[in-house]
Amino acid sequence: MAELNAIELDDVVKEYLSHGEVVQAVKGITLGIAEGEFFSLLGPSGCGKTTTMRMVAGFEDPSRGVVRLHGKDVTDVPPNKRDVNMVFQSYALFPHMSVWDNVAFGLKQRKVPQQEIRQRVGEILEIVDLTGREKRRPREMSGGQQQRVALARALVNKPRALLLDEPLGALDLKLRQAMQIELKRIQREVGITFVYVTHDQGEALTMSDRIAVMNDGLVEQLAGPREIYERPATAFVAGFIGTSNLLAGTAAGGVLTVGGGRVLVPEQNGQVTVTVRPEKITISTEQPDGDVSAVPGTVAEVVYLGTYNSYAVSLADGAEITVFQQNALDSTTTAERGDSVWLSWRAQHSYAIGS
Amino acid sequence: MRRLTPYLLALPSWMWLGIFLVVPMAAMASVSLQTGNAIDGFAMTFSFSNYTDALGRYSPQLLRSLLYGGLATGAMLVIGYPVAYWIAFKGGARKSMYLFLLLLPFFVSFVLRTISWGFLLADDGVLFGPLKSWGVLPAGFHVLATTFAVVGGLTYNFLPFMILPIYVALERVDPRVIEAAYDLYASRTAAFRRVVLPLSLPGVFAGVLMTFVPATADPVNAQILGGTSNTMIGNIIQTQYLTNLDYPTASALSFTLMAVLLVGIFIYAKALGTENVLEAAAR
Repeated sequence: MAELNAIELDDVVKEYLSHGEVVQAVKGITLGIAEGEFFSLLGPSGCGKTTTMRMVAGFEDPSRGVVRLHGKDVTDVPPNKRDVNMVFQSYALFPHMSVWDNVAFGLKQRKVPQQEIRQRVGEILEIVDLTGREKRRPREMSGGQQQRVALARALVNKPRALLLDEPLGALDLKLRQAMQIELKRIQREVGITFVYVTHDQGEALTMSDRIAVMNDGLVEQLAGPREIYERPATAFVAGFIGTSNLLAGTAAGGVLTVGGGRVLVPEQNGQVTVTVRPEKITISTEQPDGDVSAVPGTVAEVVYLGTYNSYAVSLADGAEITVFQQNALDSTTTAERGDSVWLSWRAQHSYAIGS
Repeated sequence: MRRLTPYLLALPSWMWLGIFLVVPMAAMASVSLQTGNAIDGFAMTFSFSNYTDALGRYSPQLLRSLLYGGLATGAMLVIGYPVAYWIAFKGGARKSMYLFLLLLPFFVSFVLRTISWGFLLADDGVLFGPLKSWGVLPAGFHVLATTFAVVGGLTYNFLPFMILPIYVALERVDPRVIEAAYDLYASRTAAFRRVVLPLSLPGVFAGVLMTFVPATADPVNAQILGGTSNTMIGNIIQTQYLTNLDYPTASALSFTLMAVLLVGIFIYAKALGTENVLEAAAR
């Protein structure tokens, strides 16, 4: 490896005892997070993403495997000796300290000179836009402000990596969206590696350079947001990220026959499962021409969702396909419930996935 | 009617307080200024010298009570804090059982518990008798009737009142806040000193109040475990009232004790009030 990764996990396993039985929370994760990267661990609750992060922070000891920070094995190093800092889910600010003392805590523990502490705390409070609120107590601040104190308290130490455990979970939607952009800006400004744990796919897609989608203690797919969304590697990823239609069957000559229609698939023959995103599908009343996947069905439900309509279309074999269609100015193909329609999409929008 | 409901619900407790606290206090305040004797009766003479006389005669016992109360409170703090800490952070699923064990002695009467301590510590009792006969302890060794015995008894009897409020305060400390301290390079000692201890100080404050006041005023431990040189102010008040039937002196002493404790608590709260303590700890 030419460049040292900021964080490396080498076949890391975390087991614990629950009612006398060994349970694996993390079942062997190997990944490298590059310097300056915005990396997300995305998955449903209980998938092991928080445990993985806590092993990087040092709060959990891996049962097996190695954790490296900048090439150095830190598996047995306690959290107070690791050069990473964490932003906790509920912020975990020190309730008895002012904003200033909260932010200065790490620097004081490291015996940084007074003068430098004053300068660095002042600087970071400016970055997170909290200048003038130094004397406030955490409980006198709003959720968004507490969030920024937590961020400043970690960033002021200039850690090698910043670990964020669902930091926006407690905020309302508007604030969360604003903070997503804010976080991305701060990350660019300070140039520190961010590891972001979340169950919110939108958040992960918006901010990340790369995402590891986790399920049941394993990484299902590790790729950039676009690839994760456009080319889900497994049925789990396809289902977890956005809405997805799954079509399965036996292909013959590159064609999968589904409910009276034909779906073009990459595999020539044999058992195959493909996914297609709802917004890639076109609804029409006539059978489309050309080299496209085309399936007939009946509109079972139309839901108006503002910027787009969502159609549920039943196929002859009972399967249901979701289609999104934008509410463009010339939206003329709007189908009604009960209409017989054709669904079509281009060959490259069907992705074969592992089962 | 609905608007009056909360007041009506509070009425019984106000009446209770009125009848059983305010009235006796007023009566005692009046008695403390009377002169006379038990046979001919007492009459109000606004004799403020009752106070100066009582204080002049019994100030050694009063000071001793404050000293014993303070020593016992200190001992309870030293013993109780680690116990509270252990139950709160290491108690796991058995927390409630440990708390129950802590309160178990309360199922035996206070006086009886102190008397059994007397048995245990007796010069030739179950503990020291055998040790003396084996020659482990010198024949003249004794614990009973010493300052140590009285302070020890006070410490034992009031210890749970120190542990419980500290436990409650520690229990409320968010474990993630402690993790945050470790994450920000604090050692175990630093995390305790800068985060856990300051956050538990409200409990320490409550525990000290709940133990210092009753320990200082307690007559039972000095009577059962102490000797003639360990008499506390509670014993004097009891004797004056029940044996000598000198009600004015007993009342004057009671009010003096109350005033001293109230002033002490007020200064303590002012100097070590929760906000101030937290403020200081954050430095």
